[in-house]
Amino acid sequence: MPDTTLSLLLKGLGETVFMTFVSGFFGFALGLPAGIFLYLTRKGQLLEHVLYNRILSVTINIFRSIPFIILIVWMIPFTRILVGTSIGMAAALVPLSIGAAPFIARLVENSLLEVPGGLVETARAMGATPVQIVTKVLLPEALPSLINAAAITLIALVGYSAMGGAVGAGGLGQIGYQYGYVGYDAFIMNSVLVLLVALVFAIQATGDRLSRKFNHR
Amino acid sequence: MIVIQNLSKQFRHKNQVYQALDKVSLDIAEGDIVGIIGRSGAGKSTLIRCVNMLERPDEGAVMIHGRNLATCTPKQLADERKKIGMIFQHFNLLSSRTVFDNVALPLELDKTDKATIHRKVTALLEVVGLQNKADEYPRSLSGGQKQRVAIARALANDPHLLLCDEATSALDPETTQSILQLLRDINRRLNITILLITHEMHVVKSICNHVAVIDQGKLVAQGTLETLLKESQHPVIQQFIHTQAMSLPPDIYNTLQPEYTPGLHPLVEIELEGNVAFDSLVNTFHSQYHLPYKLIKADIEYLGSTNFGRVLLHLQGTDDSNRNALLYLNSHHIKNTIRGYA
Repeated sequence: MPDTTLSLLLKGLGETVFMTFVSGFFGFALGLPAGIFLYLTRKGQLLEHVLYNRILSVTINIFRSIPFIILIVWMIPFTRILVGTSIGMAAALVPLSIGAAPFIARLVENSLLEVPGGLVETARAMGATPVQIVTKVLLPEALPSLINAAAITLIALVGYSAMGGAVGAGGLGQIGYQYGYVGYDAFIMNSVLVLLVALVFAIQATGDRLSRKFNHR
Repeated sequence: MIVIQNLSKQFRHKNQVYQALDKVSLDIAEGDIVGIIGRSGAGKSTLIRCVNMLERPDEGAVMIHGRNLATCTPKQLADERKKIGMIFQHFNLLSSRTVFDNVALPLELDKTDKATIHRKVTALLEVVGLQNKADEYPRSLSGGQKQRVAIARALANDPHLLLCDEATSALDPETTQSILQLLRDINRRLNITILLITHEMHVVKSICNHVAVIDQGKLVAQGTLETLLKESQHPVIQQFIHTQAMSLPPDIYNTLQPEYTPGLHPLVEIELEGNVAFDSLVNTFHSQYHLPYKLIKADIEYLGSTNFGRVLLHLQGTDDSNRNALLYLNSHHIKNTIRGYA
């Protein structure tokens, strides 16, 4: 393998990993509070509020129904305002984060729903505030499940970022698109696939291991 | 002093209205152990959850040291709750925390400093006999040990009141007794008032000084255990006092005849309801009627000076003395049933 090909692939891998994890981070920064809020405002929960819950739920559903490739294009004006450009890695982070956030919110909501209701009640009986219940009871108890949710999200983001590559975001997706779809270089295309598969396996394995480590149920 | 005044609570499910509590009033003296007993669905769980406002009553007041919890601000309520420990049927320990950290949780919520937490938690684990389990996770504990951790946690904030919501219902009989023993100890040593709800009469018999019976959302009787057992004719209480008719040992069951024929002796089941002591009864049979008998089975509980339960006697005297003994029972209003002749 020529050095240029190797460095091309490594650069692409680095960009994909960067986009995946950074957008994963921003996705969680938006999705985690949204998921907690969704859970808390549900009927019968701590801060039950039908209207707020409905508004957030509908917003999330709308964003989740937009195909990612369309979301990228649709968000271009917003992306331009935020990062000044609509092409390149930095620009891709915006739709990636926004695309992942509602997905993460639903996963977080589900993870929290798995926490036995009796634990929340016990904390209430101890005089815990809602913030304390979230930080001391709900999140630690849901941690193994949240880690699984993070792994699922990151893997989805690997795929999304490859899609972003097709519209100039860089990363393995762009390499695969240019050399594979456009140029039909079988070697580079297959190398890209192998790297993507390896990345997905690594994320899943790490997620599984961490989740097991924190699971004391 | 805890005063529960006219608590009412309705639940609406679709178009059905269900009265879970109906004007319940109850006074609890400091240092007392009060048991509320009732069948499932009687409202006992709602009642105990209303005491610390986990469930908001529609009407009524819960006065603790003169403050009405029903009208407290959230901040005041949180402070009052810190002084009320609570334990549950399913323990409700955090699986993500070790035994030590579970007990430390209420202290953390109060932002207690680390050294104090360490000192208090260590002492509490000693009280419940789990000092060597401090670093284990709840999943490796037995049910009884989990409830001990929950008790230690409930005591962490030095409560004046401990609420027990069916705390022994998920435990086997032996463990139940050891947990009840622990609760009694805590009540005596730390002078903590205990309010417990249960559907099991033996729990109430084991540790409660005062008892209230709840049925369909209403308190139908309350008082000391003895007076309640002696005096109350309410069917729910009767149901809790009286166990099923005694089962017969197989060899007797197989030879038992429903009708008297000469040469057979009556098998009589006697109910002791506190109006006669078992030993004086058998004494009378022996000295007054010179009646030989065989004690087949007995299930007697002593409460203070009285006893309750059932005994199964096979009378073995002459026809006359057998008849006289039965007449004696009837004339002294001692409930008895002839199960057959053998």
